[in-house]
Amino acid sequence: MVSIARTPHPREKRLIFKNVDRPGYTPDIDCYLADGGYEELKKAVSMPPPDIVAEVKASGLRGRGGAGFPCGAKWGFIKPEETKPVYLICNADESEPGTFKDRYIIHQDPHQLVEGMIIACYAVKARLAYIYIRGEFPLGAKILEQALAEARAHNFLGKDILGSGFDLEIYVHRGAGAYICGEETGLIESLEGKRAYPRIKPPYFPAVLGLYMSPTIVNNVETLCNVKHILRMGGAEYAKMGRPNNTGTRVLCVSGDVQRPGYFELEVGGITMGELIYDVCGGLKPGRKLKAVIPGGSSAKVLRAGERYKMKSKQPDGSMAEREIGLEEIPMDFDSLAAVGSMAGSGGVIVMDDTRDMVWTLNNINEFYAHESCGQCTPCREGSLWMMKMTTRMLQGGGVSSDPDTLKSVADNIAGRTICAFGEACAWPTQSFIAKFRDEFSGLAERNGRMTNNGAPHTESHP
Amino acid sequence: MSDTPPPLFNVQIDGVWHQFPKGTRVIEACSETGKFIPRYCYHKKLSSPGNCRMCLIEMGMPKMGPDRKPELGTDGKPVINWIPRPQISCAQDVADGMGIRTDSPMVRECRNGVMEFLLINHPLDCPICDQAGECQLQEFSVQYGTGGSRFLEEKVKKPKRVELGPRVTLDDERCILCSRCIRFMKEVANDDVLGFASRGSHTYLTAHPGRHLDSNYSLNTVDICPVGALTSTDFRFKMRVWFLKETKSICTSCATGCNTLIGTREGIVYRQTPRENDAVNSCWMCDYGRLNFHYVNSEDRLKAPQTRQNGALSDTGWTAALTRTADALRKFPGSEVAVIASARMTNEELWLTRRLIDALGTTHHDVVPRHGEADKILLNADRNPNTLGAQLLGVTDENPGGRLRGIVDAVRAGEIKAVVALGEDLAEAGFTVQDLHGLSFLAAMGILPSETTSAATVILPGASFAEKRGSMINAKGRLQRLNRAVPVLSQARDDWEILRDLVQHLTGANGVYLIEDVFRQMAESVAELRGLTLSKISDMGIELEDAPEASPTPEPAKV
Repeated sequence: MVSIARTPHPREKRLIFKNVDRPGYTPDIDCYLADGGYEELKKAVSMPPPDIVAEVKASGLRGRGGAGFPCGAKWGFIKPEETKPVYLICNADESEPGTFKDRYIIHQDPHQLVEGMIIACYAVKARLAYIYIRGEFPLGAKILEQALAEARAHNFLGKDILGSGFDLEIYVHRGAGAYICGEETGLIESLEGKRAYPRIKPPYFPAVLGLYMSPTIVNNVETLCNVKHILRMGGAEYAKMGRPNNTGTRVLCVSGDVQRPGYFELEVGGITMGELIYDVCGGLKPGRKLKAVIPGGSSAKVLRAGERYKMKSKQPDGSMAEREIGLEEIPMDFDSLAAVGSMAGSGGVIVMDDTRDMVWTLNNINEFYAHESCGQCTPCREGSLWMMKMTTRMLQGGGVSSDPDTLKSVADNIAGRTICAFGEACAWPTQSFIAKFRDEFSGLAERNGRMTNNGAPHTESHP
Repeated sequence: MSDTPPPLFNVQIDGVWHQFPKGTRVIEACSETGKFIPRYCYHKKLSSPGNCRMCLIEMGMPKMGPDRKPELGTDGKPVINWIPRPQISCAQDVADGMGIRTDSPMVRECRNGVMEFLLINHPLDCPICDQAGECQLQEFSVQYGTGGSRFLEEKVKKPKRVELGPRVTLDDERCILCSRCIRFMKEVANDDVLGFASRGSHTYLTAHPGRHLDSNYSLNTVDICPVGALTSTDFRFKMRVWFLKETKSICTSCATGCNTLIGTREGIVYRQTPRENDAVNSCWMCDYGRLNFHYVNSEDRLKAPQTRQNGALSDTGWTAALTRTADALRKFPGSEVAVIASARMTNEELWLTRRLIDALGTTHHDVVPRHGEADKILLNADRNPNTLGAQLLGVTDENPGGRLRGIVDAVRAGEIKAVVALGEDLAEAGFTVQDLHGLSFLAAMGILPSETTSAATVILPGASFAEKRGSMINAKGRLQRLNRAVPVLSQARDDWEILRDLVQHLTGANGVYLIEDVFRQMAESVAELRGLTLSKISDMGIELEDAPEASPTPEPAKV
């Protein structure tokens, strides 16, 4: 991978990405050790495991993979008296379009991840862990193998780690080349050697019936890297970064129509959308206006420039106050992005200027999801391809006036009715694009002069 | 295991509270109260993948008060906290206080949506589809779908007319990817041979590379396929299913006695399908048994009684044939007569056979054993359906076929001069053609020409399993019923009537006129059947309390 080293933006707070693009820094263990690496592991193995879980809980760390689930709470699902084997899986299948952070950690600072994983395994008493790395990251897999071998040589892995009596082995498993392999239960199926068909929940919650039907923790790469920093700083101190319930730092990946796209590690909520676009990313290209932003990877609902959002916030006296804000004023944190109807997701911020055709853009997203739907459950399998065929037809000049309504109702028939969150991932773009850029979609039909699809209302029920 | 019944849970379904034992699936609980929930992937005998999403319902759990106890409404029942998202009902068991809505606007919208999704890429070739008439896609379209289509796009193209195996043809375009067939092969047939290939809407069903769906249970996948994707190569394009009359019966191809439906139209058998009976065959049957019926429709069937005059057989009518048989047999002392019967005969026929044996005064009688490999699923090593009946009614003993060698030797020694062959070809009992032609008298009751009928003095055409009523006892000692699906062919007769008439001719005893009366007489004289009648057996059969022990794998006839 070509990586253009560059200096961090002054507004960044580099914690996880501290060693990314750092001059002279190499992924080998000596470099990591010279920089104070594995000190937190040494500290961890002297602590009772529940204390580590408590620190992570206190840190308020939320998952960086997409759902933003509290990490400590997830670990807490593993009972201390668990008799089945416990597994930990690092989800390194980074596949959400617009997201490109985990690969840099893996490529440039693999030991940070390995150390985080070992501490996490110690905390939940997992003696076997896997790094499920995206199939398209062959070099990353090689680097991780090397890092694991080095860690083994230093007794950070293997039997009786650092004399603590704790045994752990970590294996790298290369993914099967499908987006759905990043869905945690699909990932588990894939790891078991099967098609990555996500499991139904209930009953197959990974923390209860995960890998080989045993309790399993699945964490994102960035999430696991945070663990060593939480241990170094202490949970309470870590929680001071960011905002309440949105603690720590986050690596945001900005792509699209900005002058300076790239990855930026920022305190969660420490920056607004406008500051991110205009300050950190150098603004739009000359003469362009902001049209829309997808704030959390391609599946997140699109936000339209000029939209006004009502934000509730807690006042210092405990009362709730409501204020209206624009797109540029949205703080880049989990709760704020959820409050404006989208999500922080995987941190992939896709910026679009006024040259972008929204039908083309949605079709581009639809093509991805139609291609990646695993096909296991009906609504997503049939709906994702149908939506793509509709937007493709519209682009080819075949749009009809009922298309926007049909698109929306197809998306509505997917979201919330599928086995896994892919249903939402493929429905949200269509739902939000139609809701916010309806004119562009209906405009296509009007240009064709085609008003209805079959001249009859299609919701007529069978007699 | 304790005998205490599982605890009962209160469950609210569409506003009405019911009680269900712990462990009841939500989808089954709803069905029990008459609230049928449509489903495609769910099959009660298979694991629940929850993939079709047709069974989405609204679900809720009791709202908890501050004291962590359920809040009670004015009716004293818990207030339900409804989950905002629809839930599948096929993979969850009922819980105490659970609320379910099976017919809310949200549920209707979900079903409508899934129906539309399933139909957009379906070929809708119902006019030429074998599944039409018993297709759940059709059924639920009427109930839960809409009349029109909003789909303006091209449908996905997939493989058609795929020979998935020797007996199953696949149309991937019709497949709704419910995975029932995959799970059946893996979980029931113990042959993980099917799977999905490709992805998304382009997913298609296929056999794993280098494999075929050639299991002896392959046709069950056709039964459980909710659409016309998997069709029986034997049955496809033969008959519209709505013309078929279905008769409840049992399979007579082995001692398991799988419960069946015989599908017929105008006297022709078109197919057999398994009929659910958890005490016998669950929902399944093997391909061997299922397809073992074409001889019923054979052109070669024996259609009229014949007697041999001057070396040539000619149609004679029943009176002449039976009189000739009785007259001939009367001339031989019992020691010179043998009766070779069949463990494929019904109990009623075997009981009359025993009367015939007694009337002839012979001790030379047996059945022809028939055996193969058992498969630990359904197929029994004993390929005769009623060995236990033949033992119970004294036509054979604990060693079926054990006397055959002695009988053949006695024929060769000239000690036995007359043989009555009932439903068996003696060539399969160790007789050579010379043995058969050397007999002074040979009566053959059967349905198809054989070495035995070629040599017979009298041919008495009988009825096939699909043409008769009667009972059999399976290997587990379960008394089950055959029912008549098609009329007896031409001048052929029900076997029990032929036997009754023979006994009557020989003994002058009064006849019985109904098969119910045969059973009643049998039940009066056989302790194990005491108190039973043919109608008491019912469609599901009845376990005999003092059932005779099933003999181990029958010994091959050593001839």
